[in-house]
Amino acid sequence: MEKSFLTRNPSVLIFIACLALFTIAVTVMSEAMGSEMISTSFVKTLGKTLCLCLVAIAMDLIWGFAGILSLGHMAFFGLGGYMIGMWLMYARTEMIVEASMANAEIPPTAQEVVDAIGTQIFGVVGSSDFPVIWTFADSLFLQLLLVVAVPGLLALVFGWLAFRSRVTGVYLSILTQAMTLALALYLFQNDSGLRGNNGLSGLQNLPGADAIPQADISLWFFWASALALGLGYLLAAWVVSGKFGSVIRGIRDDEARVRFLGYSVEGYKLFVFTLTAVIAAIAGALYYPQAGIINPAEIAPIASIYLAVWVAIGGRGRLYGAVIGAAFVSLLSTWFTGGQAPSIPLGFYTINWVDWWQVLLGISFVLVTLFAPKGIGGLVDHFTGRVSPERYGADLGPDSGSLQEQEAEK
Amino acid sequence: MTRLIMAALAALMLCVSMAAAQDSPIQALLQEHRALIEKSSRKTIQPAIDALRDSGLPEAQAVLEKWQAKDLWQRDADKLFFFGEKVDSKNYRLLDIATGEVAGEFPKKELNQLKPNSGVRSLIGAALVQFQLMAKDPAKRIEALDAIQRDPAEEHLVALAGAIEKETDPDIRDRKERLVRLLTISYGETEEARIAAIESFKGDLGVDVRGALNPLVATSREVAVGALHDGGNIATVLKPGSPEFSEAEAYDLLVSKDLVLPRITAVDRRAALQENITDARVGGVPVAQLNSEDARERAYQALAEAGLVRTAATQAQIAEALAAHVFFETYSEPSAAITEAANDTLSSINTQVGFNQFLDLTLDAMSLASIYFLAAIGLAITFGVMGVINMAHGEFIMMGAYTGYVVQQVIPDYTVSIIVALPLAFAVTFAAGVAMERLVIRWLYNRPLETLLATFGISIALQQLAKNIFGTQARPLTSPAWLDGALVLNDVVSISYIRIAIFVLALIFLGVFLFIMKRTRLGLEVRAVTQNPRMAASMGINPDRINMLTFGLGSGIAGIAGVAIGLYAKVTSELGSDYIVQSFMTVVVGGVGNIWGTLLGASMIGFLQKGIEWMNPSNTLAAQTYMIIFIIIFIQFRPRGIIALKGRAAGD
Repeated sequence: MEKSFLTRNPSVLIFIACLALFTIAVTVMSEAMGSEMISTSFVKTLGKTLCLCLVAIAMDLIWGFAGILSLGHMAFFGLGGYMIGMWLMYARTEMIVEASMANAEIPPTAQEVVDAIGTQIFGVVGSSDFPVIWTFADSLFLQLLLVVAVPGLLALVFGWLAFRSRVTGVYLSILTQAMTLALALYLFQNDSGLRGNNGLSGLQNLPGADAIPQADISLWFFWASALALGLGYLLAAWVVSGKFGSVIRGIRDDEARVRFLGYSVEGYKLFVFTLTAVIAAIAGALYYPQAGIINPAEIAPIASIYLAVWVAIGGRGRLYGAVIGAAFVSLLSTWFTGGQAPSIPLGFYTINWVDWWQVLLGISFVLVTLFAPKGIGGLVDHFTGRVSPERYGADLGPDSGSLQEQEAEK
Repeated sequence: MTRLIMAALAALMLCVSMAAAQDSPIQALLQEHRALIEKSSRKTIQPAIDALRDSGLPEAQAVLEKWQAKDLWQRDADKLFFFGEKVDSKNYRLLDIATGEVAGEFPKKELNQLKPNSGVRSLIGAALVQFQLMAKDPAKRIEALDAIQRDPAEEHLVALAGAIEKETDPDIRDRKERLVRLLTISYGETEEARIAAIESFKGDLGVDVRGALNPLVATSREVAVGALHDGGNIATVLKPGSPEFSEAEAYDLLVSKDLVLPRITAVDRRAALQENITDARVGGVPVAQLNSEDARERAYQALAEAGLVRTAATQAQIAEALAAHVFFETYSEPSAAITEAANDTLSSINTQVGFNQFLDLTLDAMSLASIYFLAAIGLAITFGVMGVINMAHGEFIMMGAYTGYVVQQVIPDYTVSIIVALPLAFAVTFAAGVAMERLVIRWLYNRPLETLLATFGISIALQQLAKNIFGTQARPLTSPAWLDGALVLNDVVSISYIRIAIFVLALIFLGVFLFIMKRTRLGLEVRAVTQNPRMAASMGINPDRINMLTFGLGSGIAGIAGVAIGLYAKVTSELGSDYIVQSFMTVVVGGVGNIWGTLLGASMIGFLQKGIEWMNPSNTLAAQTYMIIFIIIFIQFRPRGIIALKGRAAGD
C-alpha cells in the first residue's frame, strides 16, 4: 500500500502541531483574553513574524528547492501589501469623509464624496485625482483578487521573459534584483499613484471596526497569519513531495540533465516562481495591516536579500528551516534594534547594539555560509542521523558534485 | 569806502571770470547754441547735444552730466553758463564750466536754472552713453556695453551706431556691431532694417537674441463676435475644447471681456443653496434630493428666478456663447512681416539650440558612462574574469571615497591630498580585497550563489561599520580649485572639469587594464587561471596567488573609482550601494569577461539614462526605472551581453 502524504512527511505534522500549540499559547496569554502576559504590540510582532515565516517558505521553495536565488520576492510581498492597503485606505477614508459630510446641510453628490476621498488620500503628494490603478479600490473582493493577480502576473511575465532566454544562476539573481530596484524607484515617485515615498498609512485601522479594540484585531490577524502559514506550509510540502518535487530538485542540481530527460524546465521554473510570488503576496497582504504602514523602502532590494539571509541561516532545502530562520533572525533583529539588548561596555568603547547589530548579522551570516551551509535546520540532522559523508580526497569523477575517493570506500 | 572797494573787487573778479569763461571753447560752444539750450525742447535740442558730443572737448561730458542732473545754471546778467551749487535757500555758488574754479556766490533771482524735461534728459543720457562707449579705457567701454545689454533703450541705438567707427579693439567692435543689430530688432526705424536685423541672427545661440525676439512673437488671446474680422496680426485661431484651449478657459476669456454672464462654481452654488434653505426645501426642491448636480441646477435656477441669488449661466447658455464667438491669438507686434521673420529666425535658432542640446546631452551621457565604467571596471575583473559575484564591491567604492575624505582631513592642500588619496585608496581596498578573498571567497569558488550571499553579509557589515565610524551625514570630498568650474563652449554646451577628469580617468583605467591583461606576465597568468585552473597549475602557475592578486586588483580599482565618484557626489555609507546594481548591469549588459563589453555596456546605460531623462527631465527616478526595464528586455535578446564570449572560455 502506498504511504499517505503525511506519513511520508512527518515533519509536516510536527510543524502543524507546533504552530497550533504556539497559536493557542499566544491566544491564552494575550490581552484580548484578559491576560497581561503578552502585550498587544508583541502579539502584532508575532503575527508579523508568522507572515515573514510564510514568505520565507516561498523563498525556500524557489531557492532551496528550485535553486533560483530570487532577490525579488519581497517586492511581491510589498505589492501584496500595497493591494490590500489600497482598499483599507480607501474604505476607511470613505467612512471618515461620509461621516463628516453627513453633517452638511445639503447631501453630497457621489462625485463630491469621491473628490473628498481623493483629496484626503492624495493631498500629501499634491494631487486629488484618483489614478487609474485605484479603479477597484472601493471593492474588497476585487482588491483581494488583485493581491494575488498583480504579483502573480508580474512574476509570470518576468519569469517567462527571464527563463525563456535561459538566464540562470547569478545572472538571474541580479536581474531579479534589478526588477525590485526598478519597482521600488517607480513607487518612490509621487506620480506613481501610490503616494510616493509617503506610502500608504493607517492600515491598522480596519474600516468599520473602530469600536473593536486593537487587542482583538491584532489577535484576529495573528490567527489569520497562523492559518495562512499552516496552509502555506502544507501547500509547499505537498508541492515538493512527489514527482514534481523531484523534478524541481533535479533542476536545482543539474538543469541541463533534467532538460535532456525531456522535462520542460522553463515551465517548472515558471510555475514555482509564480506560485511563490503569490504566496509572498498573500503573506504581505496579511503583514501590512499589522504593520500599519507600507512605503517603497520596504520593497528596496535589501529587503529581498535579508529574506535570503533568513532562509540561509535557517537552512534552505527544508521548509521548517526557512520558518526557523525567519522567526529567529527577525525576532532577534527586533530585539537588537529595538534597543532592548544590553549594551556592552568595553572600557574604551561601549558596544551599542543598535549600531552594531548589522555588523554582527553580516559577520554571522558569512560564518554560517562558510561553516554551516545547512543552517540552523542542520541541527535536526544530528538527531535524525542524516549526516552527509565527510568529503576529503580527490574527486572520483570529472564533476565537482561526484563522490570522492574516501566516500566511495565506505 | 570798504563797500566801494568790495564792489570794485567784485567787478574785477567778474571781468576776470567772464574773460576766462568766454575764453573757454566749451563756453563758446554753449553760447553758440544758447537759443536752443534755453528753449530746451525734445524736438529741437538734438543739434546742441550733437555739437557738444562731437566737439571732442574734455569738459563736454561733465557739462552734459550736470545739464542732465539740472545743475547747469545761467547767469541772467551775461547769459553765461555755470555749474551751480546750493549755498542756502537764496544763494548759489557758481563754478566755471571749463576750469571748475569758483566764480562767486549769487542770489538765486539773478540766475536761471536750466531744467531739461525728461525727453531732453534721455537724449542727453544717450549722448553720455556714447562718451562711455568711446572711453579710452577698454574696460570702461565693455562696462558701458554691459549696461546697455542689461537695460536696452531706444536712444542707445544711435549712440552705439555712432561709436562703432572709431572703435579700435576688434573684439569690442564685434560686440558693438552685434549689439547694434540686437537693438535694431526692437528699435530699428524702418521695418526693413528690423527684418534684416532679425534675419541676421539666424542660428545664433545667444540668450540675448532669444530675449529680444520673444517679445516680438508674444501673443495674447482675444475674442470676436461672429466671424473673424480683418486687421490685427493674428497668430492662430483657437478652437474651444482643444487640448491647449479648454472650454472652461474659453468661457473664462468671454467672462473677462464682460461679454457673457459668469458661471457659478459648484462650491459657490452649494453655498448659495445652503443659505436659502427654507422648510427643508430649496427653490421648491427637497433638500434630501439635492445629491445630484441636475437637482442642484434646477434648485438654483428656481432661486435665481425668484431673485434670491444672482443669475448664472447654464450649461446650454455656455455652449451657445462659445459657438457664437471666435477665439484667436494675436501678436502684440502689429507688423506681420516682422513676426514672420522673428518666428523664422526663432525656429532656426531652436534647431541650432536643439542640435547643441543634443551635443550637451552627449557630453553628459559620456561623463555618466565613464562614471559607470569606473564603478564597473573593478567588477569586470572580479565578476567578469574570475566569475566571483562580489556584492561588497560597492562598499569598496565607499571605502575608497572615505579614504579620500580622511586624507583630506590630514592634508589640507586639496591637490596634494588627491594625489596622495588615489594610491592610498588603491592600497586600502587592495588589502581589503585580498583579505576578503583569502578569508571568505576562496572557500566558495564553486558555489557562486553562496559567494553572492557571503559577500552581501560583508557588505552590510561594512556599511554599518562606516556608519558607526563616520556617522550618517554626508562627508564632503572637495576637489582641487583647478577642477572647479566648467568648460563652456557656448550658451548651451558646457561640461564641468570634474566630469572631464573622470572621463580621462576612465580612459586611463581602460588603458591600464588592457596593458595588464594583454602585456604583462600577471595578465597572462590571470587569463590562464580563469580559463583552466588545473592546467595553469600544471604549467607552474600558482592559482591561489593569482586569484588573490586578481581580486585585489579589482577591489583596488574600486577604491580609486570611489575617490573619483566622491569628488562629485557626497560621501555617505550608502555611496556604494547606489552604484552596485548599475555596475552589475553594466557588466552583464556588456558581456561578462570582456573589458570592451564593459565599456560598451557603460556607454549604453549612460546614454540610455540621459536619453530617458531628456524625454522626462523632471523625473530621474522614472528614468532609472525605465532604464532597468529596458535592460531586462535587452537581456532577452542578448542573454550573454553585447560581446559574448564564445567557445570553451564561455563556460556553460
